Amino acid sequence: MAKQLMRGSHVLGEAAVRAGCRYYFGYPITPQNEVPEYMSGRLLQVGGTFVQAESELASINMVIGAAMAGARVMTSSSSPGVSLMQEGISYLAGLELPAVIANVVRGGPGLGNIAPAQSDYFQATRGGGHGDYRTIVLAPASCQELCDLTVKAFDLADKYRNPVMIMGDGMMGQMMEPVEFPEAIDLAELPAKDWTLTGAKERPSRVILSLLLNPKVLEDHNFKLVRKYDAVTREETDWEEYMLEDARQVVVAYGTAARIAKGAIKRVREMGLKVGLLRPKTLWPFPDKPLKDLTRVVRQLLVFEMSAGQMVEDVRLAVEGQAQVHLYGRPGGVIPTPDEVAHQISHYYYQAGLMDKDQQSGRLGGAA
Amino acid sequence: MKKIFEAPKSLKDNLFHYCPGCGHSIIHRLVAEVIDELGIQERTIGVPPAGCAVLAYNYFDVDTGEAPHGRALAVATGLKRVLKDHVVFTYQGDGDIAAIGTAESIHAANRGEKVTAIFVNNGTYGMTGGQMAPTTLPGMGSTTTPGGRDVVRDGSPLDLTQMLATAKGSVFLERVSVATPKEIRKAKKAIKKAFQVQLDGLGFALVEVLSPCPTNWKMAPVAAYEWTDKEMTKIFPVGVIKDITGYDKD
Repeated sequence: MAKQLMRGSHVLGEAAVRAGCRYYFGYPITPQNEVPEYMSGRLLQVGGTFVQAESELASINMVIGAAMAGARVMTSSSSPGVSLMQEGISYLAGLELPAVIANVVRGGPGLGNIAPAQSDYFQATRGGGHGDYRTIVLAPASCQELCDLTVKAFDLADKYRNPVMIMGDGMMGQMMEPVEFPEAIDLAELPAKDWTLTGAKERPSRVILSLLLNPKVLEDHNFKLVRKYDAVTREETDWEEYMLEDARQVVVAYGTAARIAKGAIKRVREMGLKVGLLRPKTLWPFPDKPLKDLTRVVRQLLVFEMSAGQMVEDVRLAVEGQAQVHLYGRPGGVIPTPDEVAHQISHYYYQAGLMDKDQQSGRLGGAA
Repeated sequence: MKKIFEAPKSLKDNLFHYCPGCGHSIIHRLVAEVIDELGIQERTIGVPPAGCAVLAYNYFDVDTGEAPHGRALAVATGLKRVLKDHVVFTYQGDGDIAAIGTAESIHAANRGEKVTAIFVNNGTYGMTGGQMAPTTLPGMGSTTTPGGRDVVRDGSPLDLTQMLATAKGSVFLERVSVATPKEIRKAKKAIKKAFQVQLDGLGFALVEVLSPCPTNWKMAPVAAYEWTDKEMTKIFPVGVIKDITGYDKD
């Protein structure tokens, strides 16, 4: 199929429709308004349903209802709206319902601003709502990957009966890139769901609930969820490795920050610095094993994120003290340039004496 | 021997956990009888609330999906938009539908969602132990209104059903009571009509049921039924609040 030039918000919507999403419930919030706008028209064309809800609370609960009925369903929002959805996401996890939630992250806390940010990492990866649960979190870094991961999000949600969050940001939502879309799936070919609420016809009535008053029963349910999350961690952890072969310093960054980091790495490579990138594509499950494995040969990691420092905690947990972990965090919706990141890379690189011997002498020897 | 009375098919053979004299047991039975009479058990989905009736799925023998507190009508919206040929009803208390879920209620009605809401008004938060509800009567005692509800301090009872009447999408709204056998018969008729409205695809329908809570009112059941009949109806008069169904009046 030919490539189409499309902005990220529309890519998200189109990919969802091709993945079989026929129900979208949402509420306006910048910078993701192009998603509900796109879905309101697109779903009409495919016989789907779009409802503009009265709040994000209502949207996520409409998602719960549609998921109970067995539909492929999604909502999208941006940070303050996703905060409102946390109750519902906790229920989705507890009720074991599949659903896709896209968070086009903006600067916070509070109203913050509408500029691209990565400051909802804790909220997304720690659960966000109440109770012992996990949300699968996907972090695309380009429009093509946004398309691919959106399709994958629906499959993961169904496979594990769990909410899946797509983490983007305002930059990704607005950015236009050529995208090759997959053929639309045939909904009839999806595996049948044997747990949905479709009316107790020729079968006993079903209940979907999360109220388990007996602590032993709830503990069993929690441990069942834990086993599911373990399976997700084993099967679905995903990351990209970039120029790691000879790297002495590895930058860890995801999403938009990872693209900026690649630009920075190209610049420092021209200066002869051996720097690579490890880019988590799943924020939960986090790629802690590849990071730990890296520490056998790499002693210095630089976490670059568009927040005051959130993913850096996962990196530190992953490497268990086996490498220096530095942070370059830029919160508030600021988008650093590759040059700024390159400056941080080279600062730590030189400070730790990671350069080649001849580079060292060249530096120490000055221009002579 | 000819059987002249039996449990509704749409109720499971489980003992109600409700307190002695609680109105929920009666209302459950009325809803189940209506589901049986309309022959819709196989395509009905119930949405119980948070509150005393959260365990409704132990009693209704239809598919049920639990909603977060107050969000039943949003969950019902999602269900019904997918299952257009099915019958979706919510079963909600006053705190659920008229306090924490006010926005969801008004907007579901305004969109004319083709669902049926059963709104049980007992003027108290039963499950949490008798705190002030949006519908607690002036002067009425509760664990959070020392000396009784003071309308200056605590606000006045909220008449959600009247509020819903202004929503264009609401088609049938009636307030009934289960305080006397006569009122119970009227209540069943209203509940049946509210399901019929959905079957006919007319729009949003809701039946508010005044219901005694002897435990939290700290009254004997008989006194609680009398109080429901005599006192609650002063603030919440029973009767049709809105009917644009076009059905023949009877």
